[in-house]
Amino acid sequence: MDLQQKLAILADAAKYDASCASSGARRKGGSGLGNSTGVGICHSFTPDGRCVSLLKILLTNYCIYDCHYCVNRATSDTPRARFTVDEVVRLTIDFYRRNYIEGLFLSSGIIQDSDYTMEQMIAVARRLRQEQQFRGYIHLKTIPNANDDFIAEAGRWADRLSVNIELPTAPDLHHLAPEKKWPELHASMESIHRRVIDAKAERKQRRRAPAFAPAGQSTQMIVGATPTPDREVLHTADALYHHYRLRRVYYSAYSPTQHADARLPAQSPPLVREHRLYQADWLLRFYGFRVEELTPEHAPNLKLNLDPKLAWALEHRHAFPVDVNRAEREMLLRVPGLGIRTVQRIVTMRRHRAIRLADLQKFRIPRRRVLPFVLTADFNPHAGRLDRLDLEDKVRTRSRQRLLFEAGEEAHRGEF
Amino acid sequence: MHVVTASDFEQWRNAARQCMLSNLAPEDVLWRDGREACPGLFDAFEKEPAPPRANQSHSPTVPRRFMELATYVACHRTPGRWPLLYRLLWRLTHETPHLLDIAADDDVLLAARWEKAVRRDAHKMKAFVRFRRIMEADVEHYIAWHRPDHYVVRLTAPFFADRFSSMNWSILTPDDSVSWNGHALMFGAGAPRSAAPADDQLESLWRTYYGSIFNPVRIKLKAMRREMPRRFWPLLPETTILDDLLQAAPARVQKMQSYAEGWEQSAIDFLPPQRDLNSLRAASSGCRGCPLYAPATQTVFGVGPPNAAIMIVGEQPGDEEDRIGAPFVGPAGQLLNQALVEAGLKREEVYLTNAVKHFKFEARGKRRLHKKPNRREVVSCRAWLESELAAVRPQVLVCLGVTAAQTLAGPMFRLSDQLGKIFATDFCEHTLATYHPAAILRSSPEGAGAKQQQLIADLRRAGAFVRKIN
Repeated sequence: MDLQQKLAILADAAKYDASCASSGARRKGGSGLGNSTGVGICHSFTPDGRCVSLLKILLTNYCIYDCHYCVNRATSDTPRARFTVDEVVRLTIDFYRRNYIEGLFLSSGIIQDSDYTMEQMIAVARRLRQEQQFRGYIHLKTIPNANDDFIAEAGRWADRLSVNIELPTAPDLHHLAPEKKWPELHASMESIHRRVIDAKAERKQRRRAPAFAPAGQSTQMIVGATPTPDREVLHTADALYHHYRLRRVYYSAYSPTQHADARLPAQSPPLVREHRLYQADWLLRFYGFRVEELTPEHAPNLKLNLDPKLAWALEHRHAFPVDVNRAEREMLLRVPGLGIRTVQRIVTMRRHRAIRLADLQKFRIPRRRVLPFVLTADFNPHAGRLDRLDLEDKVRTRSRQRLLFEAGEEAHRGEF
Repeated sequence: MHVVTASDFEQWRNAARQCMLSNLAPEDVLWRDGREACPGLFDAFEKEPAPPRANQSHSPTVPRRFMELATYVACHRTPGRWPLLYRLLWRLTHETPHLLDIAADDDVLLAARWEKAVRRDAHKMKAFVRFRRIMEADVEHYIAWHRPDHYVVRLTAPFFADRFSSMNWSILTPDDSVSWNGHALMFGAGAPRSAAPADDQLESLWRTYYGSIFNPVRIKLKAMRREMPRRFWPLLPETTILDDLLQAAPARVQKMQSYAEGWEQSAIDFLPPQRDLNSLRAASSGCRGCPLYAPATQTVFGVGPPNAAIMIVGEQPGDEEDRIGAPFVGPAGQLLNQALVEAGLKREEVYLTNAVKHFKFEARGKRRLHKKPNRREVVSCRAWLESELAAVRPQVLVCLGVTAAQTLAGPMFRLSDQLGKIFATDFCEHTLATYHPAAILRSSPEGAGAKQQQLIADLRRAGAFVRKIN
């Protein structure tokens, strides 16, 4: 099998990993090849709307595990291939020199055992850093249950490590990936977290102390493969952010297959749900929302037809309208359609003069969504709509609803 | 009216400083863009009168944020950037020191918009430059041709110098070009596309990657076009396969499904509603969960008391087991019987079964040679074993051989690591793994004795453990 065929198989097998982030690490260029500026760059975009930032491949898609949702599971007859360490190193360098990529995201099926597999992956990273003086971005997926010493070495070469939590709850994991163990995944995350903290503390003491995964860790979970509601998904994500200071939790809509395992549902991939989860995730991390507010016990799933912030506002109309000239920043962030940047502009500007309706409109905000929820220095006729029963229809973005179907049609016509 | 020409930020800054010192209001200065290549238009005014020297000698002070803003706005393609920047400078120093805080001010708004456009264009340049390698006198040289929207070459050059410091490279654009020789940046005039190499061998690998990493199940063309506007497509080698990718998408989805599906059924589809041993045994006789049922004579289900304290799991039935329909009745079974006796256990008190319930073999003439079940067969059959474990709930579980042990303790189980130890699995708190009697039969005479002793010792350990618990 030649390199091109291997690449086709092992990139295809890696496409289920949602993460392609290359941000958060800083490495100066210099004598070697490459740098990391801390800002990720998306070098290309594929027709699935995802960015191509890293060379994202598996070292091999042979696997002794049999996780039911995974195409690479031991019992699937997908075509198999295996890269040598040398091939991955060369591909990374060749692509990097042509400015196709920011670096490498290496994952792998498990061959022989966790330790052996992890050792192979570490060998790639070590050779890139030591022999090739490569200073671009490296993301290594850590293999569950690998020896802690390997995690220690992986973090020395990699900018980011990730352990996939795979599914939102322990019973889900037991059901669909019986060979992976919830506590083991958590133990790996805990270990990475400790080492990141220790390395940071040590670096404060002496600047030359070795770094450990300076871009932290992330994880991915599949949604829609089990009936687990969004409330539990978000609770798990929230706990991961707090316990292990994860940089990102990625949500991957389960792509079902016709005759897949009887344990799995067979509807189309819940792309809108995935989108809503990302929105909710953002609200949790940057907008001061709590899981309980977005997905209360009586409504454990996010609404598919409304973005979660708008849905919250419609349920809490008594908290509105918000006076843009007086309200706390925290409250402004809760106004539908106002993002962090716009709120910052408002807060800075109102120190000097009162904000009027015309000012807001200049900020290119989604007017239909914002205006019913705010008060300005002058009269805002839209605020009167707050009590109307049909408010939901008035403020909803229509294009969002079409997305799912539209995309499918475009694909069939094969046009842009 | 004073006419001033500027083509980059430095020139504008010097000119603006002069104008400020001369106390020229924005409406008194006519800015010309030196980048606009239309010589002749203003030739009559070409000799720009130096602005009258003013007596104030101090430079105006402005917020640092303005300098940053101006650096970016100065790279915008609109000729209007120079008067806008001067107007902002004037208003900052003469009217409103906090002007930049008033985001809704029309001048501030416009400058912010242009700054954003330039930042985005610079970012896209860092992303979309595609180097092509050529060899010049045995030295590698990487050359790219790019067409940015604005004048961002100088803005991005330091980034490329830092990232590709060990390479010789050039980036050509219609307006400017820049080269790096390993030590210093050299800026030059613009160049046509034909000045850059037309191809690079590696691009076919890159296209392969691009096509394979795309997930055809999810198509979001709008998102793609938003981030990678069409005007950049001619610069990107990967976009030449877009049409092919989209056309092939439905077929690829189908292929993905056929790979992922594996077998349509497994033992799970044949489990009876009642999960007692008799119902399970009856249902298992009709199992078609994997192809092994076809050549085999019959299903060989486990035997033993439903409340057995010890359960022994082997790999799969052999030739005789297949004909008779009971586990451990062939040569390996006889060896096991012997070991049980020596360990002080009674066969009829133990539950005996296998990880796989059908005999897998290869026909050699009249003989049927045992063949190890593969992982898919083991996984397909697993539901029977799990049901037996749930029905019997043994106090001690003994795995004979690595197939049984990996089925119950995970695919990473190594017999050599765990020999003689008692460990917990999802199915039984007290699990141990030892040699399969068939392995002992196949061993060399010197090895066989030790393995047999190990088997006996492990069985004895299991028995002792049960007595201890009770």
